[in-house]
Amino acid sequence: MAELTYLDAGKAALAEEMRRDSTVWALGEDLGRGGVFGQYRGMIDEFGPDRIADTPISEATIMGAAVGAALVGTRPVVEMRFSDFALCAVDELVNQAAKNRYMFGGQGRVPMVVRQPMGMWRSSAAQHSQSLENWYVHVPGLVVIAPSTPDDNYGLLKAAIRCDDPVVYLEHKDLWPAADEVSVGAEPHEIGKARLARAGSDLTIVTWSKMTQVCVVAAEKLSANGIDAEIVDLRSLWPWDKEMVLESAGRTGRVLVVHEAVQVGGFGAEIAATVAEEIGIPVRRLGGPRIPVAYSPPLEDMFRIGADDIVDAIEKMNA
Amino acid sequence: MEERRNQPDVARILGHYRTMQRIRAFEEAAEAAQKEGLVTGAVHLSIGQEAVAAGVCGNLEKTDLITSNHRGHGHTLAKGADPVAMMRELFGREGGTCGGKGGSMHIADFSIGMLGANGVVADGIPIAAGAAHGAKIRGEKLVTVCFFGDGAINRGPFLEGLNWAAVFDLPVLFVCEDNGYASTTETRTVTAGPGPSARAESLGVPAHDVDGNDIVAVDALAAELIGRMRNGGGPAFITASTYRLKGHTAADPAAYRRQEDVDAAYEREPALRVRQLLTDLGVSISELDRIADEAQAEMVAAAETAKATPHPDLREAYTDVQDVGAVAWPN
Repeated sequence: MAELTYLDAGKAALAEEMRRDSTVWALGEDLGRGGVFGQYRGMIDEFGPDRIADTPISEATIMGAAVGAALVGTRPVVEMRFSDFALCAVDELVNQAAKNRYMFGGQGRVPMVVRQPMGMWRSSAAQHSQSLENWYVHVPGLVVIAPSTPDDNYGLLKAAIRCDDPVVYLEHKDLWPAADEVSVGAEPHEIGKARLARAGSDLTIVTWSKMTQVCVVAAEKLSANGIDAEIVDLRSLWPWDKEMVLESAGRTGRVLVVHEAVQVGGFGAEIAATVAEEIGIPVRRLGGPRIPVAYSPPLEDMFRIGADDIVDAIEKMNA
Repeated sequence: MEERRNQPDVARILGHYRTMQRIRAFEEAAEAAQKEGLVTGAVHLSIGQEAVAAGVCGNLEKTDLITSNHRGHGHTLAKGADPVAMMRELFGREGGTCGGKGGSMHIADFSIGMLGANGVVADGIPIAAGAAHGAKIRGEKLVTVCFFGDGAINRGPFLEGLNWAAVFDLPVLFVCEDNGYASTTETRTVTAGPGPSARAESLGVPAHDVDGNDIVAVDALAAELIGRMRNGGGPAFITASTYRLKGHTAADPAAYRRQEDVDAAYEREPALRVRQLLTDLGVSISELDRIADEAQAEMVAAAETAKATPHPDLREAYTDVQDVGAVAWPN
């Protein structure tokens, strides 16, 4: 065990996988100087410029070239810098990476990881703050992962790199400095297994990414009011751990799904509908309003879901 | 190049002639099958463009890679794919190159280095650059050829992909088959500047123009450029001028074209020209007819075989989606 930040945990995972497998390489803008957030700092010294590849600002071709490179037996780790910029490469991700294996009848595999730092940070405005995970969950062929802790960023990035499918890997920008214990050297985590972030008996909160931490704060506040919330951190959105969610929901009798992304058409709707269809208990959603994220801090906060918003939503459910 | 022109290699040209006849016969059989309702999806015919596929792929090894666009039958056959498996793919039958999941527009045979025809214009360009990049990382010596049309040069991946191949010095031969049409629009009416080669040159990729209906010229140019790449050279670009004798798809009558242009195009189409050349070189008409008849018989038989082949097991709809998170067969 070692205490690592969420950022360093990801870096440690990538470095270990690159040492373990010479076909793993990373490509993206500015990687030679550490990447925009420093997730690759110093890696070029160990692995050289061929495996920590500085690319032009050509998102579509970063993604498309990774598809080609994956088809010939390498394992590219694509850095998209901001999940917002990945939109320039959605064609290559959705029409090429996700479809290749199926469309060509299983002749090829596209083992690539697409790192897309997501979510609200601070005064980053409308083009550097989005959470678009539900878009990718909707696409057959893709795996979608959104870790919330340093240990998960370590164990799940390793798993993503070893996975033979294209993986959309969503790290939350606001979590980079979060530090916690990481099981360095442990086996990769299993993709598709949720994590019980807090045990409780009165209701189940289903969440992922940075909202997990916010939900934990909310649960402590609720606990003072005599409400004991269970928190399921999905970690992986496709596949998602339906079994754990339904087991917890069946036990507590009510569910709140919380995500940072816009609530309308968000992945929370899929979970809420699944819970309603399968066990028919009360479900509610809490997500962002359907507005872009603004620059000015007070306006930006209008999009941000805080612990008090979660407490309010739960108290309304109980009323 | 001059030497080759001065002393034509009749056997080699005959080989190209045979490849071109097989491509044309395959597409004519596919077109007929579509009219009968046996090929259910869109079929983009390359009839009239066969010399580019034959001349370029004739210089490739099995381990070399190609990517193609939606008009990919010719490239795939010329690279060495089995026409029966290809025809089964067009018919959506078991044993198709893609198990019936791709059809004409996604024809592919990875076993011979054909990494896929592509339904999105220009999307094969970054994939080709990446395949060459990946091969370089793995230390493999091979050449990647990327076929696309003149319509593709107006998409972003053209600029990005050529720039990529140049800055990473990758052995990719970009082959722009300039057939004059971007779908049903005359490309020149929607394209600024002096054309594909000038754009490639502006990105530092040496470009060459060739008469794409002249099999000997295409072969000689491809041989020279591919030879340079085998000796460690970086990317190169060919603009091969040709003409799409049919419409955008087999269902497109292409009535937007002037009849005199079409008539003129039939006068300089590559199959006719190579026949003339070979007769001038002393090959008998009967020999040329025999090769053409053989090609036709082969492809008609391939279509008959495809027709007699069952559709895939319905369970196949649920296979090869993904390893992690695959949805189970529901029945």
